[in-house]
Amino acid sequence: MRETGLTAGTEAGFRLKEWIFTTDHKRIAVLYMIGSFAAFLLAGLMAMLMRTELASVGPTLTDNPTNYNVWLYFHGAAMILGYQIPAVTGYFANYYVPLMIGAKDVAFPRLNAMSVWLFWMGIVVALLTFVIPDPPDIMWTGYPPYSIITEGNTAFYTFAVLLIGFSSIAGGVNFLTTIIRMRAPGVTWGKLNMFIWCLMAAFVIQLIFVPILGDAVIMLSMDKYLGTHFFDVAAGGSPLLYENLFWFYSHPAVYVILLPAMGVLFEIVATFSKNRIFNYKGAVYGGVWGTVGLSGVVWVHHLYVSGTAEWLVLIVVFTTLLISVPVGLLFISMVGTLYKGAIDYKTPMLYAAGFLFLFLIGGLTGIPNAMSAIYIHIHGTQWIVAHFHYVMAVSVTSAIIGGTYYLWPKLTGKMYSETLGKLGFSLFFLGVNLTFGPWLYLGYKGMPRRSYDYSQFPEFEPLQRFITYGSYLIFAAALVVLASWIHSLAKGERASANPWGSRSLEWTHTQSPPPPGNFEEPVNLPEDWDPYDYAGNR
Amino acid sequence: MSKILKYRYGTALRLFFLYTALDSQAHAEMGKEYATPHEGWDLLWWTLMLDIVIIGVIFAAITLYLLVKYKRKGLNDVGTAKPLNALASFGWVFIPVFVFMADDVFLGLENMKHWLDFRRPPADALTVDMEAYMWGYEVKYPEGITLQNELRVPAGKPVRVNLTSRDVIHTLFIPDLRTKWDALPGTGLFLWFHPQKAGDHVMTCTEYCGMLHSSMYGKIIAMPEGEFTKWVEARKPRSQAPAEQTELKPGGES
Ligand code: HEM
Ligand SMILES: [Cu+2]
Ligand SMILES: [Cu+2]
Repeated sequence: MRETGLTAGTEAGFRLKEWIFTTDHKRIAVLYMIGSFAAFLLAGLMAMLMRTELASVGPTLTDNPTNYNVWLYFHGAAMILGYQIPAVTGYFANYYVPLMIGAKDVAFPRLNAMSVWLFWMGIVVALLTFVIPDPPDIMWTGYPPYSIITEGNTAFYTFAVLLIGFSSIAGGVNFLTTIIRMRAPGVTWGKLNMFIWCLMAAFVIQLIFVPILGDAVIMLSMDKYLGTHFFDVAAGGSPLLYENLFWFYSHPAVYVILLPAMGVLFEIVATFSKNRIFNYKGAVYGGVWGTVGLSGVVWVHHLYVSGTAEWLVLIVVFTTLLISVPVGLLFISMVGTLYKGAIDYKTPMLYAAGFLFLFLIGGLTGIPNAMSAIYIHIHGTQWIVAHFHYVMAVSVTSAIIGGTYYLWPKLTGKMYSETLGKLGFSLFFLGVNLTFGPWLYLGYKGMPRRSYDYSQFPEFEPLQRFITYGSYLIFAAALVVLASWIHSLAKGERASANPWGSRSLEWTHTQSPPPPGNFEEPVNLPEDWDPYDYAGNR
Repeated sequence: MSKILKYRYGTALRLFFLYTALDSQAHAEMGKEYATPHEGWDLLWWTLMLDIVIIGVIFAAITLYLLVKYKRKGLNDVGTAKPLNALASFGWVFIPVFVFMADDVFLGLENMKHWLDFRRPPADALTVDMEAYMWGYEVKYPEGITLQNELRVPAGKPVRVNLTSRDVIHTLFIPDLRTKWDALPGTGLFLWFHPQKAGDHVMTCTEYCGMLHSSMYGKIIAMPEGEFTKWVEARKPRSQAPAEQTELKPGGES
């Protein structure tokens, strides 16, 4: 076994060039991981600035609202486009796919390298926010006419979206080809890991919908810089057109994030319960593909009070409520996997267990948003913000952090400290509930979102301050998590090939970390192999 | 609580007549447990909270039970669940789908009723025009009065606000009255509300509209009807009126 740091490379020692020009999916995964965690940290810092600003009525940190607006723009855009989508469809996808299906690499390794380069360029363009004059202040949704008339340089938004979008399209083509064409003998459709199914679904959604977002932001920039009038009412255009195009992509985008995140959690729950997935077929065909089926027909729920035709509103109420069906099936499968299991509460499993409760809150607080009459009151309030933080910021982050702990031994060849891991989880779980619980209430009481100040509601101050303290706790949790990883890299014990006793290929058939080419010899699986068969009662 | 339960029971019955929910005539005749859209909103909200709390508690309890019960006992334990047979597999899809869909249909139909409440202003509503701009609200009364960031209305009467925007997208949100609607440039939209008592309510923007978005708010003042009429009379621009008369301040507030 070679001692070569993060993933086993061709030569000992660290060479930057080898990393930049790598076509090895495991290294590309690490590049994605570093980029997305950097985005997470920076956008998290912005969140701390915003929360501090909101701790009191009137100016707290800055007396210029534009500063807040730019922080918020960066926070939203970086969290979605820089952190979560790349973490699940870049980092986890790259690491897991070839290993889980028994392949040497992805189908198009050089296209894969191009994807990660585009992603990094997107991150750099987004980072320019902090150095250019008049940075974008348009929120990650970029609604015209404001985004067109603003002084802010919104082209940086457009280009970041396009770069990351292209990266994702290339990734989609690559991974779908890999999964369809490169499964080792014995890895049949009925035995694919849940993560693989979830990821395929996510990429199908990306391939269908990313181009629409691309169109929307290109049209936006054309309106702003080239004088076209797509969204200009005075010239017969319509801002509603943009809103529709934007959400036509951006609603499905939440499933692009959620599905692979749930996929990661399915792996964790199965491994640490040493149990088969409950109702695998129901979860795959009903849950995963049912979500894909509905993902494209619900976006109008963002536009209930924006001048959408009433008949459309009333139809979309039903399609949106129906989302609870496939998502409910996935949830039942995940909870059901615990049944008759032998649960070992290691750090990744704690995050998965936490997820089950956090996601319950996130999912159920989404039901009011589907109901147009209820939505009239809560649209544009902090209720919405708190709801999607429960889903994205909290539940999906549980999957990403928990998933990283799970993967850690394979990825680095080192064990992490359970004590630090569990400490980080406890702070996280406490912090997110102290923060986003009261936040929901604040929204119900009418606090608008995207507000630098709230002098019309001075009575909210104590609650706002409480929420700010809660968010500091989350930040502390993030630092503990980071410290546990650094500690592991510096001091961690050597990891065995399969420290969790999983049955999945990436643990059973290769070392930690895997060598170039992944497997010592081509994978060929017996008839009775199954990644979730612990009891041998298939 | 009992009001909510009674209300739920009534709706469950109505569920058997799907068409009634779609027919606005029938909708008007169904009889209501509330007088204004915002009261209706509260009832729907708490019904919904009851609904999701029940679902949430059931799921959370089951999850917690499984998490505790199946904690690993010995180092080499493995899970012993057996694969589901075809019937069980189908049942575990069909039954949850049926239950969720029943709840979804119930909520969707309830929703429709309240949506119509919000979107069908009474014909006798007082109508004012409001133009949102960066950053404020300009209110125009049929009598020719213009106000900035202030909307005076008579208590106890329905009010319809016709909304447009001078520049970008804004929203008029009145948290106390549970209503809001977007104001789009070049497009006429509206909302209506029904304040029953005299009192002040915040109105505020909830659609990001640039630097001072968070300062875009004002006040809705519901006045006793008589006072409101007097106020309108006093403020109404009259071509022949002497100059000092237009400057009369309404009694009681400044
Ligand atoms: C965990 C700690 C986090 C805190 C304390 C936090 C805090 C905030 C705050 C204060 C806002 C602004 C609310 C407003 O004024 O409207 C916000 C908005 C937002 N956050 Fe977070 N956030 C966190 C994590 C995340 C994560 C992990 C994501 C990933 C998806 C995320 C995505 C967003 C988005 C999309 C917005 C909306 C941006 C917009 O309105 O344009 N946040 N967050
Ligand atoms: Cu959506
Ligand atoms: Cu605004």
